[in-house]
This record gives sequence, C-alpha cells and structure tokens, in this order.
Amino acid sequence: MAYHIEPKPLHELTIAELAQRLRGGKLTSVELTHHYLERIKRLDPQLNAFVTVAADAALAAATHADARLARGEGGPLTGIPIAHKDIFCTRGLRTSCGSRMLDNFIAPYDATAVERLAAAGAVVLGKTNMDEFAMGSSNETSFYGPVKNPWDLDRVPGGSSGGSAAAVAARLCAAATGTDTGGSIRQPAALCGITGIKPTYGRVSRWGMIAFASSLDQAGPMTRSAEDAALLLQAMAGFDPRDSTSAEEAVPDYGAQLGTDLAGLRIGLPREYFGAGLDAGVAASIQGAIREYERLGARIIDISLPNSPLSVPVYYVVAPAECSSNLARFDGVRYGHRCEAPRDLEDLYKCSRAEGFGSEVKRRIMIGTYALSAGYYDAYYLKAQQIRHLISDDFRRAFEQVDVIMGPTSPTTAFPLGAKMDDPVAMYLNDIYTIATNLAGLPGISIPVAPVDGMPVGLQIIGDYFQEGRLLNIAHRLQQATDWHLAAPPEV
Amino acid sequence: MSLDRADVEKIAHLARLALSESETERYALDLSNILGLVEAMGAVDTAGVTPMAHPLHMAQRLRADEPTEPDQRALFQSIAPLTEEGLYLVPRVIE
Repeated sequence: MAYHIEPKPLHELTIAELAQRLRGGKLTSVELTHHYLERIKRLDPQLNAFVTVAADAALAAATHADARLARGEGGPLTGIPIAHKDIFCTRGLRTSCGSRMLDNFIAPYDATAVERLAAAGAVVLGKTNMDEFAMGSSNETSFYGPVKNPWDLDRVPGGSSGGSAAAVAARLCAAATGTDTGGSIRQPAALCGITGIKPTYGRVSRWGMIAFASSLDQAGPMTRSAEDAALLLQAMAGFDPRDSTSAEEAVPDYGAQLGTDLAGLRIGLPREYFGAGLDAGVAASIQGAIREYERLGARIIDISLPNSPLSVPVYYVVAPAECSSNLARFDGVRYGHRCEAPRDLEDLYKCSRAEGFGSEVKRRIMIGTYALSAGYYDAYYLKAQQIRHLISDDFRRAFEQVDVIMGPTSPTTAFPLGAKMDDPVAMYLNDIYTIATNLAGLPGISIPVAPVDGMPVGLQIIGDYFQEGRLLNIAHRLQQATDWHLAAPPEV
Repeated sequence: MSLDRADVEKIAHLARLALSESETERYALDLSNILGLVEAMGAVDTAGVTPMAHPLHMAQRLRADEPTEPDQRALFQSIAPLTEEGLYLVPRVIE
C-alpha cells in the first residue's frame, strides 16, 4: 500500500536537511532564497523583525553558492539563508544598531562573524531589528519600532536580539545571529520558542560587533534546533587577532559531540533560580524538562549560587559604565547622526547625541557616567567588579560538584507590549537568571520546553568555560527525545 | 541615593547629552530608582576581594608595533557628516 507523504515546506526543514538537498542537487539556493524572501515580504509587515532586507545581494550570494555547490564545493552552510542582527557591521549594507544615531551608517567593513559565515557560504537575507544599541529586554527601544512576538502579536519577543528571535521562530530565515550582554540571545530565544546559545566570553570574535559592554558582549547563533546551532557556531567561533579579547582556544567539532550519551550527567539546580518571582507555570515546565533529563540518565543535585541575587545590581553598574565609555565615540563628527546648525563644538556633541540616542540609551549612559565619575568610582564600579568576582566564584564552586547548571531562562513567558516600558527597574529584573553567566563569562544555552498557555518557555543550561559542545549535546539529546522545539507559531 | 535636577544636569554635561527640562525631571526619578536597585551592593563585605576585570582573568595580548591597517581615509570619510580636503569639519574652536 502506497502512502502519499506531504513534503515538509522548505521553511520547516532544518539546516542539515536543507544542506543535504542543496548538495544532492534537489534544491537550489536561489529557490530557497526566493522562498524566504517571499515569506519576509508577506509576513514581516506584521512582525517588524527586519530593519533591512537585502533581496538583490541575497540572490547574488545564492547564485554564487549554487555555483560552488555545482562544483562539489562548500559546506553545510553553503546556500543557507540567514539574517544578521543589525549590530554586526556589514560592508555596503546599513548597520543601524536599532538607533537613529546610525540610521545612515554604512559600515566600511564586515564583522568577523559576518565574514566567517559568508566564507562558509551562508546567504544574508537582511538585518534584524533589535533594542537600540542592544539595551533592552523587549525589543521596544528600537528606533524602528517594536518587534512583535510571532506567538502573540500583542506581546514582546524579548530582547535585545528580538528581531532575530522572531524571524527564526516565524520561519523567515533558516537561522540568525544574535549578541548577548546580559541575556540578549537567551531571553528572546526563550520568549519566541527557539534555541539560542551565548558562548564563553571570547569564543566568537567581537570585531565589527558594535560594542555595548565590552567585558560582557558575546555573539552566538539563534536557530530552531541545537543541531543547527552547532553548525553555525562551528563557523562563527575561533581565534581572531583583531579582537584583543578573543580566546586562543581550539574549536572542537561540535557536530561530533552531539550524540554523546547523558548517562551519569550531573545537573545542578540552583535554589536561587527557583524562588520567589518565578512564574508557577514556567517552574512546572522547567521541572518537566528536568524529569526528561532524569529519564535520559542524568542525576539531579541541589546547589546554591548565593551571590546570584546581586547579579542585577552589579550588572547595572558594570554594563552602563562600559557603555558610557563605548558610546562616547558617537560625536556627530566622524560618522552617524549630526545635528543641524550647532552653535559650537560642545553644542554639536550634545545635540547630535541628544537627537541620535533614545531614552533607554541615555539612561544607561548617564548611570555609567555617574558610576565612573570622581568620588563615586570606588563605591560603584570597583565594588561591582569585586562582587562580580564573588558571583564568578559561586559558579567555580558549583562546577566542582556538577557538570552543568539548569534553570529557567526567564521568570515569565512573553509579557504584553508596553507593560514594562515605564518602569526600567522592572524591565531589568527580566534578566535575573541570565546576567550572572555574562558577569562570569560562562556559556549558556536556552532551548524550548513545554509551553504555558500557548506561549513558549525556555530552559537555560549553563556550562563551564568553553563547554559549548557539551551544552549543544545536552540540548540536542532533549530535542531528540521530545518535540517541544518543533512547535511553530501560527502563520500571522 | 537620590539624584536631584542639578545632579542630572551635571551628569548630562559630563556625558555630553543635551536634556530638556522635562527630561531632566524624568531622569532624576529614573536614575534614582536604578541607584536604589544598585544599593543592594553596599551590604556585601568585599574587603580583600580582587576586582574582576576580565571573565577569564586573561592578560592583554600584545602584538608587534607594526602597522597592520592600510590607509583608508577616503573610504572612512565617505560616511562622515562633513569633510573638506580630507579633514573633518566642526564648528570653529579657536577664534
């Protein structure tokens, strides 16, 4: 008896499945790129996930990829359509960082992550929306307007990589890049129901990635599965002499580690990540995922990260201090926005910056300026860097006992648009479970688990330094045993 | 720690940000609230704790003092708001 099996639409195929079809000559990158461009054209007006769509350049890159594939060249990313968060410099293609300040900025060079993905043959469909200068947890601070969550258009997608998360979740690209300073890959991945990994500090080059807080910033992939994330990270990671904090550490074969058995895996559950403030539905969903891991052979160990409640206060000194310094470069002189008819040089600086930056960016610049100003440095910046050490020591002690740490990525599911915009402190508390890993420089991944009231929930898995392969392996095994990651939002 | 309008005006000047009257008012409130959040740090005993400057405690990597960048002045100035004969133009500083 013959069955007619409805073929999966192209946008539901994983990167590994697409790569197989592209290499087998059953599909061309030009066809695939047209397919995604058509989806963006039809669906993105409702989502606002893209700031710039580069249709002509994408089709040219796809044609080039097809030629490589026809010669039997290229790898698993050759011809795969992706999108870059608009924080990565792309030569010849506007890089706005979600800000009026850079609305007219065409970068003269490519970021290393962009360059490496291009060398691997990935096709860039466009640049995704984001919180202005990556400062936000809801993608509502963008100069280009908020991104909508594809699961519910009245809710936020999370931030700051909200455009990338929404685009991947809505199947507007096969994968996207993001950056994470305090949770900006993991939190939107959780709120949109996708996989997102923040690697160890220094694992992916920061060259050409517009700086927010240089001791915390890290780039990573946002995808529909851990397997796809492994393929992207493989291309993105590695030493780069142009980034002075790039890690001189060999990149392992992430794909080869995916299948490793989880028997005997020691999972630490920090009691601080399951206390007050965690939504009961989210907690139940996380516990459900942890039970799956027990079925896969893992052992659960209660642990404590006693200084973790301090991570939000510490972050809101360290990150603004570094941002006030990094954003001093926007002066209206060399590139970016310049005000009309300044009275004098000081007026040129002050007015260009006042007009170019939005209110959240100004808030953070001022907090940072204050924390670094004469008389306050010791009480704020120095104190924060000391507590940062204590937070980091908590993790060091935990990893003597356990292999990985698990907990929720975010305390709630996606909240309604506008709900927290008038209360910066409430917004900051969204990142309570993600910030500590940035302060310590550790890798973390968020993967979808059982939804609550139809909205996605993310499980966060934190590993020791340079354990990205282990995190991807642990995520992949869950995704093989369950189908939470396959859920797609309704077509908007 | 609570900031008043004069504090905010001073900070905004240091940060080279022009603020309107109403913005100054709002930022005084916002910044005070953020400092309220940050105040939790004060209760922690950090005597003798080394400040953490780098997540991996790595030292700054050095390279040979040799030029690595070619001259790209024309390319870089092509995105500047105002240039003339290879120079960036700003309002007159010296009368």
